[in-house]
Amino acid sequence: MFRVIRKLPAVLVTLLFAATVLAENVSLLNVSYDVARDFYKDYNPLFQKHWKAVSGESIELKQSHAGSSKQVRAVADGLEADVVTMNQASDVDFLAEKGLVAKDYAKKFPTNASPYTSTMVFIVRKGNPKGLRDWSDVVKPGIQVILPHPKNTGNGRYTYLAAWGYALRQTGGNDRTAQDFVARLLKNAPLFAAGGRDATTTFMQRKIGDVLISFESEAELIAREFGKGEFEVVYPSLSILTEFPVAIVDRVVDKKGTRRQAQAYLDYLWSAAGQENAAQNYLRPRDPDLLRKYAAQFPAIKTFTVDEVFGGWAKASSAHFRDGASFDQIYQQK
Amino acid sequence: MPRPASGRRLLPGFGLSLGCTLVYLSLLILLPLAGLAFKASELSLAQWWAIATSERALASYRVTFGASLLAAMINAFFGLIVAWILVRYPFPGKRVVDSLVDLPFALPTAVAGITLATLYAGNGWIGRHLEPLGVKVAFTPLGIVVALTFIGLPFVVRTLQPVIEDIEPEIEEAAAMLGASRWQTFTRVLLPALFPALLTGFTLAFSRSIGEYGSVIFIAGNLPLISEITPLLIIAKLEQYDVVGATALAVVMLIISFVMLLAVNALQWWAASRLHRRSGSADERR
Amino acid sequence: MSGAAAVKRALAEPRWVRVLLLGVGLGFLFFFLALPLLAVFGEAFATGWTAYAKALDDPEALSAIGLTLSVALFVLPGNLVFGLAAAWAIAKFDFRGKSLLITLIDLPFAVSPVVVGLVFLLIFGAQGLFGPWLAAHEIKVVFALPGMIIVTMFITCPFVARELIPLMQAQGKEEEEAALSLGATGWQMFRRVTLPNIKWGLMYGVILANARAMGEFGAVSVVSGHIRGQTNTLPLHVEILYNEYNAVGAFASASVLALLALVTLLAKTIVEWRMRRETLMLKAELPPEKN
Repeated sequence: MFRVIRKLPAVLVTLLFAATVLAENVSLLNVSYDVARDFYKDYNPLFQKHWKAVSGESIELKQSHAGSSKQVRAVADGLEADVVTMNQASDVDFLAEKGLVAKDYAKKFPTNASPYTSTMVFIVRKGNPKGLRDWSDVVKPGIQVILPHPKNTGNGRYTYLAAWGYALRQTGGNDRTAQDFVARLLKNAPLFAAGGRDATTTFMQRKIGDVLISFESEAELIAREFGKGEFEVVYPSLSILTEFPVAIVDRVVDKKGTRRQAQAYLDYLWSAAGQENAAQNYLRPRDPDLLRKYAAQFPAIKTFTVDEVFGGWAKASSAHFRDGASFDQIYQQK
Repeated sequence: MPRPASGRRLLPGFGLSLGCTLVYLSLLILLPLAGLAFKASELSLAQWWAIATSERALASYRVTFGASLLAAMINAFFGLIVAWILVRYPFPGKRVVDSLVDLPFALPTAVAGITLATLYAGNGWIGRHLEPLGVKVAFTPLGIVVALTFIGLPFVVRTLQPVIEDIEPEIEEAAAMLGASRWQTFTRVLLPALFPALLTGFTLAFSRSIGEYGSVIFIAGNLPLISEITPLLIIAKLEQYDVVGATALAVVMLIISFVMLLAVNALQWWAASRLHRRSGSADERR
Repeated sequence: MSGAAAVKRALAEPRWVRVLLLGVGLGFLFFFLALPLLAVFGEAFATGWTAYAKALDDPEALSAIGLTLSVALFVLPGNLVFGLAAAWAIAKFDFRGKSLLITLIDLPFAVSPVVVGLVFLLIFGAQGLFGPWLAAHEIKVVFALPGMIIVTMFITCPFVARELIPLMQAQGKEEEEAALSLGATGWQMFRRVTLPNIKWGLMYGVILANARAMGEFGAVSVVSGHIRGQTNTLPLHVEILYNEYNAVGAFASASVLALLALVTLLAKTIVEWRMRRETLMLKAELPPEKN
């Protein structure tokens, strides 16, 4: 009995610090967004093999996935990520602002530090009964649009900006017409889903709405869960190019001495194997040859980037999503 | 061992137990909440007021507190019945039913929200039958009430259960002997005895509902001014990295909840001490 | 004779009332509890047993289960001691500011879990009050087990106390005072009189706190860091699986949480049953009481 009691503190301490003890051999923590798991589940073994071959070192790769901005807040608050792989530049910008990531992180890697891209597309019911072809169809009265919360979720923000950019690029388009256009879109939303996945469930399982606006890459996940014949993907005439920036967290790699590994880990995303893996996970690879190879999977679509239309995420956020910005204005006019 | 014959504090352990309580509360609750207030104090009072009374914030308080109140009342009414039948009536499968009551706590809130939304959506098991009647639950404020009722359900039942188990049969027998009908016994004898616990359960269910986020967002619809709860606005601010603005709203919620809880608790102690005084004088008469 | 019948009538509800109450109570539970639970298990078994078993036989799921249990293991003792102390002070003594104290105990319920997580980040996070000091001393609080334990303690703090207060209040203090006047020490009084009186309330409190501790998502999610196989609790695991379009895995894990909560109740039922048997045996030995 006494022996047990004497051992108890030791057991507790061991339990408490088991996590830190585990981190003894070389390991990287990749803090990432929600649906990137499949991508990195395939990518990590590829890199481990590659790294063993070039350096002879075995490396442990740990993953953390959750909502994108929640994740970077955690990194800023002390979650020891060696690298961050996000789905929105504003998230990495936040870390740059806090001094954890180089200010010019987008220049540290090719193609705007985004190894792959995607775009926002329409997912409609089988046979496209409402004949929805473009954004202008989706904002017509009587059409029900399902999208995640435009202020609180990455998908929602991309959808909002995609519609705004589309309206802006129409003849005679300006901020005023764009705001009206987006207001019509939001009016067609019977609800704002809690997240991308919740929007899908609402559309596919609860059969609410005529069109779901989502990432192209998520259409494949939807097919896996609900069956391919259940819906159709419609590509609008113009959409937004969604970039997925990656960065090294300087403060952490310098402390842990893992910069070399972290650099190699992210570099390898642009390798042939890394790019192929993106394509297989329905993310558009940056390599043009590979994009051609997978042309059936990735139909050509005209896109614009956040930088081109909105002058970067910082400006887009303050013009549209901050308190009192365009999203709030749409609801306060009424 | 000499004891004060007429001391009011005959029982031991007052200092120790109160001391423990205060230390634990200060470290775990007061200190962190003070940190919250400290962070919110980065705003000037005028800025704070502007955030706290913006049109959407005001609408969200109405939704949050209104739905919570309604859900807590539903829970108080049905919870009393459930606790009563679980303690007093024998029926097959009672153990299973009893164990189900804690489920809302164990199920992650998101799962609860997703499941309830699926059940109450137009094509769900329950929504299918409500829709023809013109009742829409999922993605309306009514959906919020449903989610909060689910979340708060165990409180009333579990606070009442031990108290009902503890009622001495003699009390009811005495009332019956004195010629009271069952209804009189219930309203005059049982209900007053149960009232403190009922109010406790109500308060707990209510306060739990105010803060609830995880389940509500899946069934609420989250439309600004209509079905947006205050915790959602807090998240919206965090998503824009506006931590100070988020704490401002959090402090507002905290103050409102605190005042409401204090009022209910004061009321309860007043009621309890009145009851105690009455039974005390009855003791003297006896 | 008619007097006895009236007394009997006054001791129990009429038959139609019983039926009505049973119907209403069970109907309420059916719609609000049983159906959601059925739906969860329905989703979990949507593609059959093997998919269910496979979803759980996953190192990440297993580590999440282990982590969830160990958080609960750390949280409950603190809760128990605090709950007993608070209930004793509040229910048995009169002092000023009692309502205020109870309100403070209630407060954790009213604070949105997300805010709870945020609050602890403001204190222990790298940009927080103690963050730099903790970092300098290589002490990890947030994004590690200690942080998850602390927020869960905050969330579950009121349960035991709140369960015990109305019960102890209803019981009054005569029994304890009687024990003391018969010469019992404080500890003896507590063990022989108080504890047996409050055991059910205490048990309900612990069961509720345990269920809540295992099911908590919002606050833990903020301070966990979501590192797979390391700081992911079961509710977080559920959420992530769901977001990754793995509904079977998500609902299977959720069903495990529901089952874990039921295990504590099973324990309660067994204890209850054994105690009842003991009292029955005791009664059999004693001469029947005169009514």
